[in-house]
Amino acid sequence: MTRYGKIDPGKLVVTVLMGAISLFFLIPLFWMASAAFKYEKDVMVFPIQWIPKAWNAVGNFKAVWMADIPFYTFYWNSIKIAVIVTLATVVFSSMAAFSFTKLNFRGRDLMFGVLLTFMIIPEQATLIPRFMFIRWLGLYNTHEALIVTMMFSIYFTFLMRQFMLGIHTDFLEAAKIDGAGYLRIYWQIILPLCKPILATVGIIKFIWTWNDYQHPLVFLLDKDLYPITLGIQLFKDDYADNYAVLMMASLSAIIPLVILFIVLQKQVIKGISLGGVKG
Amino acid sequence: MKADHVLQPAAMTAGKKVKHANARKEALVGWLFLAPELIGIVVLYVFPVVFSLYLSLSDWNLVGGLQSIKFVGLDNYVEMFHDEKVIHALKNNFVYTLLTVPVGMALSLILAVLIHTKVYGQDYFKVAFFVPYISSIIAIGAVWSALYHPSLGPINQFLTSIGVSDPPKWLADPDFALLSIAIIAIWAGIGYQIVIYMAGLTSIPDDYYEAASIDGATALQKFRMITLPLLGPTNSFLFITLLMGSFKVFDLIAFLTSGGPNNASTVIVYRIYEEGFVNFRMGYASAISWLLFAIVGVVTFISWQIQKNKVTY
Repeated sequence: MTRYGKIDPGKLVVTVLMGAISLFFLIPLFWMASAAFKYEKDVMVFPIQWIPKAWNAVGNFKAVWMADIPFYTFYWNSIKIAVIVTLATVVFSSMAAFSFTKLNFRGRDLMFGVLLTFMIIPEQATLIPRFMFIRWLGLYNTHEALIVTMMFSIYFTFLMRQFMLGIHTDFLEAAKIDGAGYLRIYWQIILPLCKPILATVGIIKFIWTWNDYQHPLVFLLDKDLYPITLGIQLFKDDYADNYAVLMMASLSAIIPLVILFIVLQKQVIKGISLGGVKG
Repeated sequence: MKADHVLQPAAMTAGKKVKHANARKEALVGWLFLAPELIGIVVLYVFPVVFSLYLSLSDWNLVGGLQSIKFVGLDNYVEMFHDEKVIHALKNNFVYTLLTVPVGMALSLILAVLIHTKVYGQDYFKVAFFVPYISSIIAIGAVWSALYHPSLGPINQFLTSIGVSDPPKWLADPDFALLSIAIIAIWAGIGYQIVIYMAGLTSIPDDYYEAASIDGATALQKFRMITLPLLGPTNSFLFITLLMGSFKVFDLIAFLTSGGPNNASTVIVYRIYEEGFVNFRMGYASAISWLLFAIVGVVTFISWQIQKNKVTY
């Protein structure tokens, strides 16, 4: 009915109800944000002081950001790892997808089928040999270990192939006959046409890498190499009885992704639903 | 015109040669473009899975170097099926799946339908429910570890205040640890599921609902006769994705309970991690890896068969 500019009272009631549900749903995050600014003695006070009576924002902030290993170290590590992994994934997946869709050669579609069946392999089932391989390469306890093991993705190759199948590039045949270099076709014609999928894949891969916990847990030893996820682990171990500081660390970890998400929500949501549409 | 005709045969053979050379070049370039991805996948996933089969038949503690790998036949597998922790882990994985998949799907379907048809400001709701999903599960876990605190945590203080005399100790309680983890996982994952359902709902043409309205169908009838059947592919996609995800659960458990208390929340992937990287029993951990691979493989195979035989709407 909104089509005609009228407000549907039933819809309004549901909206208000759903609004209440969504606020209830977000309580853990409100609680975190509020605790991050409190003195420890006020954190567990009941009824909950949603707005702190006494503020300890500076104290908690200092405890997190100026600790022995300051939080920005973890931040920098996370940014470095996630950016490199994301770029590499986008490049390798799009190269493979380009080959699968725009180049003709024998065995191409068979290869794609084989690659798809590899998707069945659970990443965790390969953890131990991968760990041995990384150690053999001498990469144990380096960021390169994480980058190398996380920069290949059949799933994203699949998504990019789906997208590239949908862009009509008959003119490529002419370009090929004219002898245009394949690298140029890929870089100057295909990639610009694929901007939407590159963006969605990039954002999703960035979020997943940023939030990854298992790989750093297995492949890193030195604390100053830790990404944010392991950094929070340190705060949990060191501040077992100081939830205010732990919440400040959690808040610090979540904020940039939430901002990134709110700015790029259209792409993120589109990227997430891409996987589901095909089924 | 005439001259062209005369020239054609010669031009054609030359053209063929050029075409042939071009095709060969294209094949070479094709494989070169595939190479990084293929090599990466084979080296990091395919070869490791095969190699771990070999490892699983051996005894190796990581320290001695590759020479010290000792072949022990099926010993690891025999031990695995008698290992109480592994049996516990299998049971927990099963319970965890039962706890998270149906509840997560039902809740997210209801919310998605409401958001899709019944509210103003869809975008707000999508964002609100999605925020936990993009937040690091570890930060989320840290927050819930405080909320679940047995004596001081807000959840139990609230329960006490409304008269529950002996509230559960949540993560520290053997009977509740797995449930506590499942609650966090459902909470953190629901936004993803809503987005997938919304994509499915958007693809259902409005005409169907309008036609049903003209025929006097109630909202519930429309849901049962139109929405549910047409969401079939979305449902099966989500079901398989969540099922697979639930077999691979690790982060929250490693971070919050280390499989405890008393193995009450241990799971298969945590067993792989603990045997491999805490106890350094690489051979044994590889055997458990193959158990995981086998379970995932069988479930995937079954779901492919079901999908193949199903009528698509």
